[in-house]
Amino acid sequence: MTTHDIVIVGAGPAGLAAAIGAREAGAQDILLLERDGEPGGILNQCIHNGFGLHTFNEELTGPEYARRYIDRVNELGIPIQTGTTVLDISPDRVLTCTSRENGFEQIRAGAVILCMGCRERPRGAMDIPGSRPAGIYSAGTAQRLMNIDGFMPGKEVFIMGSGNIGLIMARRLTLEGAVVKGVCNRSAYSSGLKRNVVQCLDDFGIPLMVRHTVTEIHGRDRLEGVTVSEVGEDKKPIPGTEQYISCDTLLFSVGLLPENELSEQAGVELDAVTGGPTVDDRLATSVPGVFACGNVLHVHDLVDFVSEEAARAGAAAARFVRGETVSSGRRVSLRGRNGVRYSVPQSVDPDTMPEELTVRFRVADQYLGCYLSCYVDGVRVSHKKKRIMTPGEMEAFVLRREMLGNDAREVVFCVEEA
Amino acid sequence: MAQLELTCIRCPMGCTLRVTLEIGAVTAVEGNRCRRGAEYAATEAVHPVRTVTTSVRAVGGTRPVVSVKTVPEVPKDRIFDVMAAIRGLTATAPVHIGDVLLRDAAGTGASIVVTAELEKR
Ligand SMILES: Cc1cc2nc3c(=O)[nH]c(=O)nc-3n(C[C@H](O)[C@H](O)[C@H](O)COP(=O)(O)OP(=O)(O)OC[C@H]3O[C@@H](n4cnc5c(N)ncnc54)[C@H](O)[C@@H]3O)c2cc1C
Ligand code: SF4
Repeated sequence: MTTHDIVIVGAGPAGLAAAIGAREAGAQDILLLERDGEPGGILNQCIHNGFGLHTFNEELTGPEYARRYIDRVNELGIPIQTGTTVLDISPDRVLTCTSRENGFEQIRAGAVILCMGCRERPRGAMDIPGSRPAGIYSAGTAQRLMNIDGFMPGKEVFIMGSGNIGLIMARRLTLEGAVVKGVCNRSAYSSGLKRNVVQCLDDFGIPLMVRHTVTEIHGRDRLEGVTVSEVGEDKKPIPGTEQYISCDTLLFSVGLLPENELSEQAGVELDAVTGGPTVDDRLATSVPGVFACGNVLHVHDLVDFVSEEAARAGAAAARFVRGETVSSGRRVSLRGRNGVRYSVPQSVDPDTMPEELTVRFRVADQYLGCYLSCYVDGVRVSHKKKRIMTPGEMEAFVLRREMLGNDAREVVFCVEEA
Repeated sequence: MAQLELTCIRCPMGCTLRVTLEIGAVTAVEGNRCRRGAEYAATEAVHPVRTVTTSVRAVGGTRPVVSVKTVPEVPKDRIFDVMAAIRGLTATAPVHIGDVLLRDAAGTGASIVVTAELEKR
C-alpha cells in the first residue's frame, strides 16, 4: 500500500483546481486519480465557448479552459494518474483502485477530495411508453459521440428537455447538417440559460415547445418518431393534444445527478435534495479528512464557480493534513425553506469561517419581483428584491460572520413575496 | 425605418426588445426592463456576431476529430458559409491549442483555430 498526503478522485475542473489550491496552501504530496485516459473531465466534450468569463474575463471553450488548469498542475509537478478508476473509499481513507498499468492497488490518504462530477439522469427513470429502438441517447452521450468520437448520431432529431446540454446539442447537430425538429420542456420555461435559448434555438429557428413532453416512442429497430403532448397544470399530458413528430434520433436532457456511490461507501452523509455530500464552510464532509467540491457536491452551471469552490477545498485539505484544522466545535446549520431548495454549505463554524462566505443554492420555481431573505434564528438579517429567480440559475448569498453574532444556531434562506 | 424583435440575454428575465432601426442605427428600444437591454440591442440589432465552435477531421491522432473555433466572431448570417469552409479541413496530429487551420474563412476575415490538444497516435 502506498501513502499520499492528499488524494483527489477525478481530474475534471474540480479535481485540477483542488490540486492547485492544495499546493498553493503548502501541501507537497498530492496525487490525482482519473478514470478517463485524459484529465479535463466533462469539459473535454464541451467544445462550445462560454467558459471562464468570470475567471479569465474571456470566453474559452471547454478544452481550452481545462488546459489552463492542466498546464498549471503540470508546472507544479503534481502527478495525474489517468486510466485509474477508484472503486472504493473506506471511512479511514484507504482508496481501492484499478488500472490497466497497476492492476488493483490500495492507497492510504491523509485527506481525500471527492471530485467525481455528476452523470445524466437515465431515460429509464422517465417511463415513456413504446418500444426501445436504436437512436435514443442522452444529450451528453450524443455530445461525446460527436465531439470526441467524431460520430454523427442522426439526421432528424427531437430533443426532450431544455437543459443546457440539450440546447447546446440542438445547435451542434444543426451546424453539422441535421434537422432539429424541436425541443420540448415540461415546465413553462426552459431550464437552460437564456443565452443558450437565444443562441442555440432562436438563431436557427428551432422551436422550443414549453409545457410539452414526449408521450410515446415509435419504431422497431430504429426510431421513427415520437408523440409529443401538451402537459397541464398538474404536469400530466392532456389527452387530445398529441402530435406525431417523425425523427430518427431522440435526445433527452433531463438533468444531472451528482455521482456519489464512492462517497456513500466512505460513509459520507448525503443531502437528500442536492444528492451530494453535506459540507461545512471548509467543504469538509461528515467524515473527517474527506472533502468534496464541484458537481459531485451539487450541480453547477458555471465552471468558474466549480474552480473557485475546488481551490477552497484543496486549501482546507492541506490545512487538515498539517493538523491545523482548529474547530471551536460550534456549528450553525444553513437551510433553505419556502422556495429555496437547499444550501451549500449546509453548515458553518461561526468561529473559524471566513469573514465573508458565498453560500449557493437553487430556487424551486420561477419567481418574479420577489425577495430573497436570510433569517438567523428567526430574525431577518437580509431582505433583497430580485427581479427574477429561476431554477436554472444558481443563486448566491454572501454570508458575513458578523451576521451570526455569538450564539446563532440556524440560518434560513427563503423566498418572500414582500 | 425597420422594426425588429430580440430577446435580451443579459439576465434570466429575457425581456422581449422591440427595436427600431433607422439607416442601420438603433433609434429606439422598447420592452427592456433595464439599461443593459438597450446596450444589448445596440449591437445585436445592427451587427450580430457569433463564435462558431465545431470539430474537424483529424488524421494520425489519438482521436478522430479535434475541436476548433472562429477567431474573431463571424456575422451571424455567415455561420453556415463558415461551416462549409470548415467541413473541407483536415488536421494532422499533433495539433495544439491556438494552431490556425484556415485564415479568412469564407471571406469573413476570421481564422479557424484549434481549441484542444491532440497528440500523435
Ligand atoms: C454538457 C455540459 C455543458 C456545460 N456547459 C457549460 C458552459 O457552457 N459554461 C460553463 O461554465 N459550464 C458548463 N458546464 C458545467 C461545467 O462543465 C461543470 O460544472 C464542470 O465540468 C464540473 O466539474 P467537475 O470536475 O465537478 O466534474 P467533471 O467535469 O464531470 O469531472 C469529474 C471527473 O471525475 C472522474 N471520475 C468520476 N468518477 C471517478 C472514479 N470513480 N475514479 C476516477 N475518476 C473518476 C471523471 O472521469 C471526470 O473526469 C457544462 C456541463 C455539461 C455536463
Ligand atoms: S433588459 Fe435588463 S432585465 Fe431585461 S433581460 Fe435584459 S438585462 Fe435582464
